Amino acid sequence: MSLSIRIIPCLDVTDGRVVKGVNFTNLVDAGDPVEMASLYGREGADELTFLDISASSSGRETTLEIVRKTAEQVFIPLTVGGGIRSVSDVDKLLRAGADKVSINTSAIARPELIAEIADRFGSQVLVLSVDARRARTESGFEVTTHGGRESSGIDALKWVEKACQLGVGEILLNSMDADGTRAGYDIGMITAVREVAKVPLIASGGAGALSDFAAALDAGADALLAASVFHFGTHRIGDVKTYLNKHNYPVRSVVVT
Amino acid sequence: MIAILDYGSGNLRSAERAFATSGQDVVVTSNPVVALEADGLVVPGVGAFSSCMDGINAIDGASIVRERLKKERPVLGICIGMQILFAHGTEGTENSEKSPHEGIGVFEGIVDRLQVPILPHMGWNTVETDPQSLLLKGIEDQSFYFVHSYAAKSPVGKAQSWSVYGEKFLSVVEDEYLSATQFHPEKSGTAGLALIKNWIGSL
Repeated sequence: MSLSIRIIPCLDVTDGRVVKGVNFTNLVDAGDPVEMASLYGREGADELTFLDISASSSGRETTLEIVRKTAEQVFIPLTVGGGIRSVSDVDKLLRAGADKVSINTSAIARPELIAEIADRFGSQVLVLSVDARRARTESGFEVTTHGGRESSGIDALKWVEKACQLGVGEILLNSMDADGTRAGYDIGMITAVREVAKVPLIASGGAGALSDFAAALDAGADALLAASVFHFGTHRIGDVKTYLNKHNYPVRSVVVT
Repeated sequence: MIAILDYGSGNLRSAERAFATSGQDVVVTSNPVVALEADGLVVPGVGAFSSCMDGINAIDGASIVRERLKKERPVLGICIGMQILFAHGTEGTENSEKSPHEGIGVFEGIVDRLQVPILPHMGWNTVETDPQSLLLKGIEDQSFYFVHSYAAKSPVGKAQSWSVYGEKFLSVVEDEYLSATQFHPEKSGTAGLALIKNWIGSL
């Protein structure tokens, strides 16, 4: 008996559509986030994440609608991130059927937002997304903004420590150096953040080979998030779980229907 | 008809839809009459123990629960909705002089912080099932989705099923008309839906 590691596919959505190319032949509409979410649920995803990259307010309204539809048919935890700036934004998403929200830039701009959300809804709804890269800060890792394009000047480890104190329930650590490379997670970064994070840690960025997932778990990740390896069909979620199970990591088995 | 008690904010939509998969009519309500008369009442819950109790007290939810049990009408608590059924909860009072918060008190005992370095306990975990459990019938070996930092650790009720994260805690309690799960069945995929079906089948 033990807590399973979690495999979490992430879908980037804008104006109601999945953005990154999706390579599934058994979908009627590969760009439909609700259908994608449902498929991943059936394939054994332990949670789902939507990242809303819509630039417009109408795009955000559409995302709420997607969350509603997903919550009606996919009964696993759903996290939604992107553009969340206030307690009322969180309230809307939770009421639509999200279980957790992830915040990033808005928390850097105004760290009190973390405490405001945690006080109102509890820490468990709040995932802090940290876009970090290697840099000449004290710990050797810095926080970036705008999808890794801009430096915040904040040391990543200090930020994680502070966010834990303010009340985040989970850390989503995205390596901006590894992101998109499929050359493996940034193991040094995961190890360093694990040392200071008192909450569950989700590793993201760089997943390629099956052994990459195991290496991130060895470094201390509790959950693994990936996008393109799943969307492009490089690995099915079941493949990752079978591999990890074979190597004695606790996974939740799912009967594929 | 199943009533889901609405006593504050949070994701009640998933619970509503998950219970509706059973084919039953489901309403999300804070109306005491509806909550009292429903065939089954679900007490959901997210957030902190004390803020949940504030929400419960605002709609006199403790009386609804007690009245239902007196009339032998089933009640199911989920997550914090399980925790507030206990007499006391220490959440937020551990490092102060404050005494623990009072809960509804239909279960004896206290809900206390899990002694483990990383909290919340978040994710899918297994359950050591009580052979008498009706809720877990047919899904004894399945995993369920947990999100919590506090739990009840002493046995209460007729049937107790346990889980382990750092230490052993009560995962499912069944006591005649009163049942509770520390995990979220509405978020536990097909296993969770099966548990909901078991509960509804017992109504």
